[in-house]
Amino acid sequence: MTSLLYGEVEEELRGAVREVLADKVSPAGVLARVTGAEPYDPGLWKVLARDVGVAGLLVPEELGGAGASAREAAVVLEELGRSVAPVPFFSSAVLATRALSVCDGEVARAVLERLAAGEVTAALVVPWASSPYRALSDISGHARGVVGAEVADILLIPVRDGLAVVDADDPGVTVSPVTSLDLTRRVATVSWSDFSGPVAKCRDIRDVLVFGAGLLASEQLGLAEWCLTSTVSYLKERTQFARPVGSFQALKHRLADLWLEVVGARAAARNAAAHLSASSSFAEISVDARVAVAVAQAHCGAVAVQAAEECIQLHGGIGMTWEHPAHLYLKRAKANEIALGTPADHRDALATLADLPGPA
Amino acid sequence: MIDVDASEIKTRVQKFLDSHAPAEDPVAFLRARFDAGLAWVNYPPGLGGLGAPRDLQPLVDQLLRGTPDNNPGRNGIGLGMAAPTLLFHGTEEQKQRFLRPLWTGEEIWCQLFSEPGAGSDLASLATRAVRDGNEWVIDGQKVWTSSAHLARWGILVARTDPDLPKHRGITYFICDMHAPGVEVRPLRQITGEAEFNEVFLTGVRLGDELRIGAVGDGWNVARTTLMNERVAIGSMTLRRTAVGILAETWRERPELRTHDLHQRLLKLWVRAEVTRLTGARLREQLAAGEPGPEGSGMKLLFARLHQEAFGLEVELLRDEGLEYDDWSFRRSDTVDFLGRGPGYRYLRAKGNSIEGGTSEILRNIIAERVLGLPAEPRADKDLPWKDLPR
Repeated sequence: MTSLLYGEVEEELRGAVREVLADKVSPAGVLARVTGAEPYDPGLWKVLARDVGVAGLLVPEELGGAGASAREAAVVLEELGRSVAPVPFFSSAVLATRALSVCDGEVARAVLERLAAGEVTAALVVPWASSPYRALSDISGHARGVVGAEVADILLIPVRDGLAVVDADDPGVTVSPVTSLDLTRRVATVSWSDFSGPVAKCRDIRDVLVFGAGLLASEQLGLAEWCLTSTVSYLKERTQFARPVGSFQALKHRLADLWLEVVGARAAARNAAAHLSASSSFAEISVDARVAVAVAQAHCGAVAVQAAEECIQLHGGIGMTWEHPAHLYLKRAKANEIALGTPADHRDALATLADLPGPA
Repeated sequence: MIDVDASEIKTRVQKFLDSHAPAEDPVAFLRARFDAGLAWVNYPPGLGGLGAPRDLQPLVDQLLRGTPDNNPGRNGIGLGMAAPTLLFHGTEEQKQRFLRPLWTGEEIWCQLFSEPGAGSDLASLATRAVRDGNEWVIDGQKVWTSSAHLARWGILVARTDPDLPKHRGITYFICDMHAPGVEVRPLRQITGEAEFNEVFLTGVRLGDELRIGAVGDGWNVARTTLMNERVAIGSMTLRRTAVGILAETWRERPELRTHDLHQRLLKLWVRAEVTRLTGARLREQLAAGEPGPEGSGMKLLFARLHQEAFGLEVELLRDEGLEYDDWSFRRSDTVDFLGRGPGYRYLRAKGNSIEGGTSEILRNIIAERVLGLPAEPRADKDLPWKDLPR
């Protein structure tokens, strides 16, 4: 029986991450950074990666990692979602790390050791918009919309029988950042002609995307919670018609509905993380875990967008300004909705997983 | 008193079964079970319990499976609402007199709360109780009263002081449903049947020993009842879920499927699963001794889920959706979602967002008590009840 609550270790980890974020991240700071020359925050990443140890969270202990499970990674993602901190945790410590963990052999293990030490970051070169349920589109030579690539030291490029491990400064590879909808997690186009690098043999990369999709739900949960909390506190303060606007029933009911959605998102995201924890690196992802991931993504992706949209609308004029951080959350939420399968892609998958077939 | 744990429960159940053959008269068996403290183990000794943790009750029920039972579905209001109210606010004499026949099912209870003019705003109720020596004389009308035609007793809130603001002039009584002046009429619902009643109270005389709590403290007592009502409704589980029924029809009848219905079914299935997980997480929190505010939302979530699933079921069925199993005006003592047709399910589910606190009132409660948003400005809090517009 998997628990849907947070364990003691998870709460300790959350506390440590939250302390660093409270100290080093502010909405104004994030806004200034993402429009500047260095959109990712290397100083913050160094502290999180090495001092808190989040870089090696999912790396096995014998390779210098923490050997933690998806449950712990999920708690970190909740906190990062809450702060939209521009760090490559998801791209490197979740996606790329998971991809290498399901590969065999020394090549993958060597990279995992370096990732765990927080020396380098890696990016999995597949489009962020890939659905885990479709065959990967032919990306030979070119991949559009890759996250984490512009700050990665190592690129993991899917080849016929595994992942090619390529240095980001290999002359055969070009990473071109793209002006992105999501200001705090930009995408880049990666193109390559011929490169050198060993190949780590691995199975179907789509299960890595299933794993990522399940954990993305926790980031979406954290993001939605921030939007709900900020909106509630704003509506308590903001006065119009000589009353706090939060006393108007029309707005209270919207927030009560949003709260219910967020409560559901927490249960669904926890359930996905718990099921993914049970499937160790080399095991197949069980059908139950696939259902849990699809349900979590179908729900949480939409809830995060709803929360961010309500946040903008209920903040009124100020919510529409560049200065207010709400738009950072909306942009992240909308991009996340597309990432690793849209809610509709995940519902489609449930037609098979839950035996609810469509019309002939 | 010794600590009661699982092994102590097993010993007591065995001892009880050794001296009471289940084959004997069922009522005598249930009375003896009450007296042995095996009715509701979390109640105090002498009142059907052992003062044990509530989570030992399933073990008792499991050990006594197959013996005569008190048919809890028939006395839901007694067991779920009247009993906890009596336990918290009743006098020792009241607890001794009422709890045993309530639990055994010998005496059915009903709830005389809602009125034609007091639904969501229950505290504005107009049924009067006027003191006459050692008695109270009750006049007024109650509505949506399930089981009133079967009930021996009713929990009643009535106005004892119209000069006070509405919440302060209410007193809580036990109404003798056999007293002269109590008239019960079935109230037909949109499903065709009469699950509820109207109750007319005309010069009904109740002894002061039937008052629960102090005069004027009825609102406080009623809050205990209402809190238990929402817990009872929110934790109700069907043997099959609404979406489960819908999914079964979907699988068995491929010829009915369309693309649009498929998309809506999948959305609903996801929502049902998220609601199930929310409930599972809530139960885990309760078991870990950290009850969260999530409980206030479960009733609302289930109401929406039932309504959408049963609405979709009627639409999916097309020709059969045009038919209805039975409109005849008859009494029903329980809600039977599974034994009736899809049209009944659709119509009955409309009540889920009205009964026991409307979804709108529950949203207010979430917004104010969970999120801490300010209340709407109100004109009725400090005015005497008699001066309120009605």
